[in-house]
Amino acid sequence: MKLAQFGSRDFLKAIRPFVGLFVVLLLFAMDAELRSLFFKGGNFKTILTQTVIVAIGAMGMTLVIVSGGIDLSAGSLVALCSVVTAKLIEHGHGLAAVLVLTVLVGGLAGLANGGIIAAFRMMPFIVTLGMMGIARGISKWLADNQTVNPEVPLESVNSLMDKSHSPLTFFPLPDGVWLALGLAVVMTVVLRSSVFGRYVFAIGSNEDTARLCGIRVNANKIAIYALAGAFFGLAGVMQFSRLTQGDPSVAIGLELQIIAAVVIGGASLSGGVGSIPGSVIGAFMMACLANGSGIKDWPNYMQEIIIGAVIILAVGMDKIEPMLQRILRRGK
Amino acid sequence: MAKETESNPLRLRIRGVAKRFGPTVALGGVSLEVATGEVHALIGENGAGKSTLMKVLSGAHQPDAGSLSLDGQPYEPSDPLHARNSGVAMIYQELNLAPDLSVEENMLLGNEPQTFGWLHRGERRRLAKRALEEIGQPQMPLDVPVRSLTIAQQQLVEIARALVGEPRVLIMDEPTSSLTQLDTENLFSVIERLSQRGVSVIYISHFLEECQRVASRFTVLRDGRSVGSGAMAGASLDEIIQLMVGRTVDEIYPRTSRAAGEPVLELRGVAGLAKPSRVDLTLRAGEIVGLFGLVGAGRTETLRAVFGLDRLAKGSVSVFSREASRSTPAKRLVNGVGLLSEDRKEEGLLLGRSIADNLTLTRLGPVTRMGIVNSTAQATAAGEWMARLDVKALDATQPVGELSGGNQQKIALGRLLHHEAKILLLDEPTRGIDVGSKAQIYRLMNELSGEGRALVFVSSYLPELLGVCDRIGVMCRGELTEVRPVADWSEAEIIRAALGQAETGEAAA
Repeated sequence: MKLAQFGSRDFLKAIRPFVGLFVVLLLFAMDAELRSLFFKGGNFKTILTQTVIVAIGAMGMTLVIVSGGIDLSAGSLVALCSVVTAKLIEHGHGLAAVLVLTVLVGGLAGLANGGIIAAFRMMPFIVTLGMMGIARGISKWLADNQTVNPEVPLESVNSLMDKSHSPLTFFPLPDGVWLALGLAVVMTVVLRSSVFGRYVFAIGSNEDTARLCGIRVNANKIAIYALAGAFFGLAGVMQFSRLTQGDPSVAIGLELQIIAAVVIGGASLSGGVGSIPGSVIGAFMMACLANGSGIKDWPNYMQEIIIGAVIILAVGMDKIEPMLQRILRRGK
Repeated sequence: MAKETESNPLRLRIRGVAKRFGPTVALGGVSLEVATGEVHALIGENGAGKSTLMKVLSGAHQPDAGSLSLDGQPYEPSDPLHARNSGVAMIYQELNLAPDLSVEENMLLGNEPQTFGWLHRGERRRLAKRALEEIGQPQMPLDVPVRSLTIAQQQLVEIARALVGEPRVLIMDEPTSSLTQLDTENLFSVIERLSQRGVSVIYISHFLEECQRVASRFTVLRDGRSVGSGAMAGASLDEIIQLMVGRTVDEIYPRTSRAAGEPVLELRGVAGLAKPSRVDLTLRAGEIVGLFGLVGAGRTETLRAVFGLDRLAKGSVSVFSREASRSTPAKRLVNGVGLLSEDRKEEGLLLGRSIADNLTLTRLGPVTRMGIVNSTAQATAAGEWMARLDVKALDATQPVGELSGGNQQKIALGRLLHHEAKILLLDEPTRGIDVGSKAQIYRLMNELSGEGRALVFVSSYLPELLGVCDRIGVMCRGELTEVRPVADWSEAEIIRAALGQAETGEAAA
């Protein structure tokens, strides 16, 4: 892609998440302790593995947010699907069946979200808030209010997020990381260049215009939420793999982390703006901050404060940049 | 030039004002004088510098050179609040009201009489009432939410709001762009009233006839300079247009001979859920049929129902002799029917997306392979339409929201052309755009009908309907009353039909 195809402003905006990540890494490099412990192949493997769940969720959430919606049921669906994964393993299903069925469960929940939003023209916030409760309830019911530990572990699922074989080197990466990277590439093309992707942007930019242009807004919305649900389902499999158990009370508040990753990645909550690479970088940046704080042995609350500030800063850049430019110009 | 006389002292003087943004010269020397109580028309194409000048006057921008004075005192507003307190009030083209707040709350917003944060209820009433009386609207209800008012009423509330601060200069930017002829007349009498009370009004409009009607003097801006000014009474429209565009406009409404062909769109007793109540119309290939009516007559609703955006309650729609009454926009587009929305910002365009995306959205097929859109092919296709429509933009990737109104409208129209629509339903295609772009759109419409396409042209501006259309239909209260060839209408007859003859007296009051 030629650089001239972007306005310089758009270009700056598109690379902003990458610049943000670079700044974070630069700050880390200035600290001796982090320099020696953070920048290690093995540690980056850890960070990547820690990124997987939020990153996969963020891919689904990016579709939803770019289309002008929001999905608050993400965290609950991840918990539900981690329980579903455990139950399927208990029933003796293999890797393929576990993946397909769990993703299907997530997709059906998303289908319900999208169907209700489209059919009754309801606010996505409300519908998915409801689904957040429903999915959490169902997962507790399904798991009998306790964690589900399959008696015979399924190694292929457990190894998706397992990095314990060679903790000190970057390679080999766990399968889950490769899966997430592969999906990121596919989804980048889908959102940027496919007809469906154009429709997602069109609906998020202006739903009325999309309707006027003959785009079947309702059908597309249902597809968007169903697809997002499928991603949350896959994230649920990863969640299971991380803990090697199905936990109905896990991933509380995860939807907010996912939304934060998407927003740090440059998406606008009013729709029409956002990108998959940005969202994945956003997820990675949050994992880096958490990991770095861990190495520094900062207490949990410090991490929370830092990540909170980063979210505001990332979104505030839209306003801060013009101010900085004005100040710089004045200085000349 | 305005003479300083006892009765008409100079209110506002702008001398050699210049403003540049980086390399772009927005204003290259503007001079303008407005007397007390004078209505002064500021005329110019989009991009001529009108809005920059207004921003300088209202304190949003500071000029690089030149001077401003108000009632003989130097006037250097540092921000809009300062300008308002100095007595310069501005009414923007887009309504700036909070729809859920009441009329009174809107009028006093930011100007509330208060003591330590406590509102004075009685004082508010008094101020609001006084402002409404000043514009001759004492009957306007104060407690209803603004959203329940018509656009015309909202406009009046906006004017009344500006008057609460007792301005000396009132700037109105395209105040009639969403008003009907009748409401416009009403607005003019309000302006007249204000001028009699000594308020100077700077009136910005693309409608030259309006400027002629309401203003006593005018100034024309072109390329950031004031290129001419004088008394309205002594100037002809052609002279003013010539000043605006810097060249002669021989023919605003070109009309090559064309012959109507087969019927392509037939509406029989079409009724929507609320509006329209009954529309019968036969549109033939190669003809342009105009639809006139007051705002609320049901013209937009008719187009929406035909296009499948709103549900049809009764009647039948046939496209290319095939009955297809129940439909969706997607199906209509497949059958070659395209709609240009009256509201390009809210409905017509994806303002944040590129020109290329907007032009090709309804027909991505030719630029797509296996579900993947080829950006290069898309940009090439868009580039061709941009050239044909003479769109002024950086390139096909520029967001549509950054373009001027005229260029935005060309993109919205271009989408129908890229779609190869055979039946074009155009709802107010020239609203709020400059004369040059209007002329280009008229020329384009003429070309399209020459190619055998059929056009429905909804407009509230009679001269353009009379100039462009083959036949004109008039809608009144949801009904299409009459469709006649243009030659069989007089302007007065059309307006009478639009008012519904029996109601003439009441509606004009």
